[in-house]
Amino acid sequence: MPVLQIKNLLKSFATPDGKSHRVIDVPSFELAAGQHIGLRGESGSGKTTLLNLIAGILTPDAGSIRVDGVDIATLKESGRDRARAANIGYIFQTFNLLHGYTALENVELAMRFGNGVDHARAAALLQRVGLADRMKYRPAQLSTGQQQRVAVARALANKPKLVLADEPTGNLDFRRASEALALIREVCGECGAALMLVSHDREILSAFETVRDISDINRLAQESVSN
Amino acid sequence: MPTAAAHITPIEARKRLWRTVLLMGVIVVMAGPVLYYISYRIEASRIAAEVKEKDPDRDPNLPLPDPEVSPTPMRWVIGAGSVIMVIGALGLATVAGIILMLRRSLRQHALSTLITVVSVGLATGLLMSVFSIRKQTHDAFTSGATGFDAVLGARGSSLQLILSSVFHLETSPGNMPWSAYVAIKADPRVKLAIPFATGDNYKGFRIVGTDLAFFREYSFGKDRKLKMVDGTAAAAFFNEDGTLKTTLADHAGHRIPRSPMAQEAVLGSIAARQAGLRHGDKFNTYHGLTYIETEKHSTEFTVVGVLEPTNTPIDRVIWIPIEGYFHMAGHEPVDKTGRKIAIDWTDPASDDYRQVSAVMLRFIRPSMGQSLEMQINRQGTVYTLAWPIGKIMAELFDKIGWANLVLAFVAYLVAIVAGAGIMASIYNTMNERRREFAILRALGASRGTVFAAIVSESMAIAALGVALGFVIYGALVAYAAVEIRNRAGVVLDVTAYHDALLFAPLGMIGLGALAGLVPAYKAYSTDVATNLVPAS
Repeated sequence: MPVLQIKNLLKSFATPDGKSHRVIDVPSFELAAGQHIGLRGESGSGKTTLLNLIAGILTPDAGSIRVDGVDIATLKESGRDRARAANIGYIFQTFNLLHGYTALENVELAMRFGNGVDHARAAALLQRVGLADRMKYRPAQLSTGQQQRVAVARALANKPKLVLADEPTGNLDFRRASEALALIREVCGECGAALMLVSHDREILSAFETVRDISDINRLAQESVSN
Repeated sequence: MPTAAAHITPIEARKRLWRTVLLMGVIVVMAGPVLYYISYRIEASRIAAEVKEKDPDRDPNLPLPDPEVSPTPMRWVIGAGSVIMVIGALGLATVAGIILMLRRSLRQHALSTLITVVSVGLATGLLMSVFSIRKQTHDAFTSGATGFDAVLGARGSSLQLILSSVFHLETSPGNMPWSAYVAIKADPRVKLAIPFATGDNYKGFRIVGTDLAFFREYSFGKDRKLKMVDGTAAAAFFNEDGTLKTTLADHAGHRIPRSPMAQEAVLGSIAARQAGLRHGDKFNTYHGLTYIETEKHSTEFTVVGVLEPTNTPIDRVIWIPIEGYFHMAGHEPVDKTGRKIAIDWTDPASDDYRQVSAVMLRFIRPSMGQSLEMQINRQGTVYTLAWPIGKIMAELFDKIGWANLVLAFVAYLVAIVAGAGIMASIYNTMNERRREFAILRALGASRGTVFAAIVSESMAIAALGVALGFVIYGALVAYAAVEIRNRAGVVLDVTAYHDALLFAPLGMIGLGALAGLVPAYKAYSTDVATNLVPAS
């Protein structure tokens, strides 16, 4: 069974002049369990909106988004929150670490909203991404690369079925970006999580066996960019 | 295919468990007043049945006695419910990560938190102190633990008479002839009559002349007798066989002549400590109740003992034999031309020159004061019987009730300002924390969790303030207790329970919760997608 199934997904936003502007129109899309896919698209092509819809952060106007069999488009907000915490890991371009918390607490906090705190697993994940000696460091005390590794560990904290990565290497130089990408793929592979990584960087995406252009999925991608 | 309903994570199950505990706590807390009301109704029905049984012909329109139901069980139930609520809330908060968020937020905003905690602490301490000290002071002055049922004095204000003779705070309304004391002492309703003669001081501590009955028969509190610091009761005045050691004479019968030993004094504990007098010390008395150096009498008194602390106004008085008072230099009787009259104090006729400021009374039964009060106050025109002491003092507190209202109003205002302070301190951080809320939401925190985190933060600040409030309360009450004891000799029961000690903290925490609602709503309504990442 696919871990992600999207059908007839539509999403519009209200423009400042009060009109409705549709940015997402995905007739069909599937991602198999454990599959890694690179999604290429320019800025403004609706990549982040699509990921936010899949994560349940945004609600679609129409269509279905099944994550691990559950149509999150039909869930109430609290249900989407729970589903997101339990099944989806999200890696952001800007990492979005919580600055008042240590690396370990960042990982454990994600666990609290998901499947419960497993201190040993949180520590093991940080160890796995090479931060065994930085667990008690706060984000401001870590380098950009280290912060990104914390974000990777946090995304995998709840053993998600699906990891969404939105330009996760955007803030890194090519060498570090390649290393980070390799790490994300390795760790997702070890955890059996499907990975959907979006980026505008063709070189980065070349590491993926499967790379699709956002315009192949979102019929409005080209239009969104041109707009 | 899994359904949403079946999608319950272990952590969600634990949240449900703690929610149930929290709900149980709420139910138990609410059960307290309900049980009290049921007990009240049952007791009221029992009283009604009892009254009807005793007097079947009683007019049913007459009011029934108020049922007396102890609020203690209700307090225990509310307390137990509160504990269960707190356990449930803490469990829920821990599982939901709120405790962690709370700790981090309080640490990140330590300075504003500290300032707000102090303001809440002051408000809580002030609220508890105002109500508790008022009640304790009221009880201390009206409880009747002074050991007297009534006071007989010159015609005037009952309140002034009580304040001057029982609490040694006011000037006496005037003097009465010795015959008034003799007459009231002989009254069959009177069990104990003790004469007091006042009008002098030493360093502001008033000197009261009295007789042996005060040391021999007077008791206060729970049948406590006056004792000397060195052990034996009234050792300065009695021999071991109970006979009089000195000339503190029983003047009703003039059995003992005056001797130089009449110039001796026994000091209350506060008077001794603050005036710096010890056993064997000598001192001169000063005319009037205010210490003025030029008003010094030439008569010198010797301290023959210090009383053990009684925690009553007695502690602030210097006690001398009433004969010593009459014979004090400067107290000699004078004729119309102002010349001193030579008196033979052993002559019964000398009673005409003896005067007392008040006669302290205890009746065979306290209710006997009613007929005496009627006789002296309503039918007579010469003297005043201040009875019952507790009621007259309570009327004083009623008269100054507005001052308490003002104090309470100020305390409430401070509490409201503190609540507003909590809201402002949290609200001001909301803009900088929008991104944090969005990240928390993206990680799976529900709107409710974010909302609860802010309300919890607000309540936690209030709770920390309440903890500080108890320290401030303790300090204020201790200070008030020392001041009131030093000024009036009355001791407050600083450990006494007052409902304000429960309701002020709960109220402040409730106010904290209310203050957190606005910023919590702001956090609740944070748009995740907008605040998380820039739209692509």
